[in-house]
Amino acid sequence: MAAKLILSMDGVVLKEYPLNKERMTIGRKSHNDIVIDNLAVSGEHAAIVTILHDSFLEDLDSTNGLEVNGIPTKKHFLQNNDLIEIGKYKLKYINDQTTQANAADFEKTMVLRAPVKQAAPQVEKGDATASFMRTQVNANATQSADVVEKTGKFDIRPPVAPAAPAAKPASPAIAAAPIPQAAAVQILTGPNAGKELELVKNLTTLGKPGVQVAVLTRRPHGHFITHVEGANHPMVNGVTLGDHPHQLNDHDVIELAGIKMEFYFKG
Amino acid sequence: MKVEDAIEIVSQTNPGMVRSHNEDSVAQNAACGLVVLADGMGGYNAGEVASGIAVSVVMTEICQHLQNASPTDRDDATGDELGALLLRDNICKANASIFQAAQSQPQYAGMGTTIVSGLFYDNRVVVGHVGDSRMYRLRGETLETITRDHSLLQEQIDGGMISIEDARLSKNKNLVTRAVGIDAEVEPEIHLHDVQVGDIYLLCSDGLNDMVEDEDIQSTLYAMQSNLPLATEQLIQMANDNGGRDNVSVILVKVKGEFAVPRGWLANLFNWFKK
Repeated sequence: MAAKLILSMDGVVLKEYPLNKERMTIGRKSHNDIVIDNLAVSGEHAAIVTILHDSFLEDLDSTNGLEVNGIPTKKHFLQNNDLIEIGKYKLKYINDQTTQANAADFEKTMVLRAPVKQAAPQVEKGDATASFMRTQVNANATQSADVVEKTGKFDIRPPVAPAAPAAKPASPAIAAAPIPQAAAVQILTGPNAGKELELVKNLTTLGKPGVQVAVLTRRPHGHFITHVEGANHPMVNGVTLGDHPHQLNDHDVIELAGIKMEFYFKG
Repeated sequence: MKVEDAIEIVSQTNPGMVRSHNEDSVAQNAACGLVVLADGMGGYNAGEVASGIAVSVVMTEICQHLQNASPTDRDDATGDELGALLLRDNICKANASIFQAAQSQPQYAGMGTTIVSGLFYDNRVVVGHVGDSRMYRLRGETLETITRDHSLLQEQIDGGMISIEDARLSKNKNLVTRAVGIDAEVEPEIHLHDVQVGDIYLLCSDGLNDMVEDEDIQSTLYAMQSNLPLATEQLIQMANDNGGRDNVSVILVKVKGEFAVPRGWLANLFNWFKK
């Protein structure tokens, strides 16, 4: 489903515009795709270029400019729920396609290519797959790519149900995994005794390369210690660890290369 | 030093947290200095079939050819080195095999695969790739991508349409502009890189680099460089901890020593006797 813009003023929705063309213009003059008849709006005020599932907003050197989420902008890569402001008018950008269908299917790798010179029979052979993609692509393809061939399982996708209104924002590709409780390690013995090392990274190295190294890894469900190198394995609460990661509990005492340190949760 | 003694290879592939089957394929052969990774696509099991064909064609053909030849031999006609030629030719061969299978069997129609492959010889690595599977190199503390994805997003980045920071937010991540087995012909991208002792090369499917930030890949490789099996496991675990929405495959190659092909009159004499 194509992304759309919802035009409103003073909290009243005026109209919805599906972004179904590669380039759509916004302006006061009547030849624009989205016409806003107001003197604060330039004749050709802005354009939105859509390439498959991504849309880009561009200010066409308008007199009064535009803002996205309150920030004056010349060019902007639109994200779901972005608010474009032109004078008193507001345009809300909605692109929640990943929440509308099974996200996993959408993420399947597809091949995008220019029309093939020889008739490629396997494209035509297709089933719902090809025709579904064809329609989808015709709606918002770029000129350089007329055929998107979906080789995944689009055909067995359940029918698209209207999404619950923005139940969750489209997740960025790298999902922000829940970060576990903040934790730190305090060194108990040796020359650095008393020093505290806060575990702010996903991976913290302990020890000396070539002698004995262990890493503390931060995972969604807790902190783990793993032996990396060295003849001796680290000890936790007096027990020598094996080769596998070991989950740390509050106030565990780690012993590594003769140094003792305490692991604890903060706050 | 022979290449098999100079490099250490560890590989692992995992279906991830969401997908029921694994469409990635990996293979390695230390004696030839060859690693291959492919990420297949296509309905039902066609993705596995495509990546499986690609990996086995490239692996067996190159290793077989190198039994009686050296990758440093030069082609009489073009003057190109055999290593680079073999990689290019066999990716094309894999392309033809997959394309034919897809044409002749309806259940495989439209299948294809990405591929990334490295052939280590003579203190160098020749890298061939098609699609969005990547090779990274950790040298010192710096992690670099040494392949450039054949994807719509990469083209947009190159064209200045979208910044690298914004690219993470794109919804067009999964569109590749080149793949093996989709058309009758394919053009693999081939590059030759010098190798240094201590380098670590990472080959991965997009299931890793879509789920794990480059910064975390770097810190893992750097911290665990002395323990490749652990590093491999950690990378896959990080992808799965972050959602594991795709199959994830990793090959790590660590360069432990020099592996220059012997040159000079003594070596030539030795080779002459061998013939």
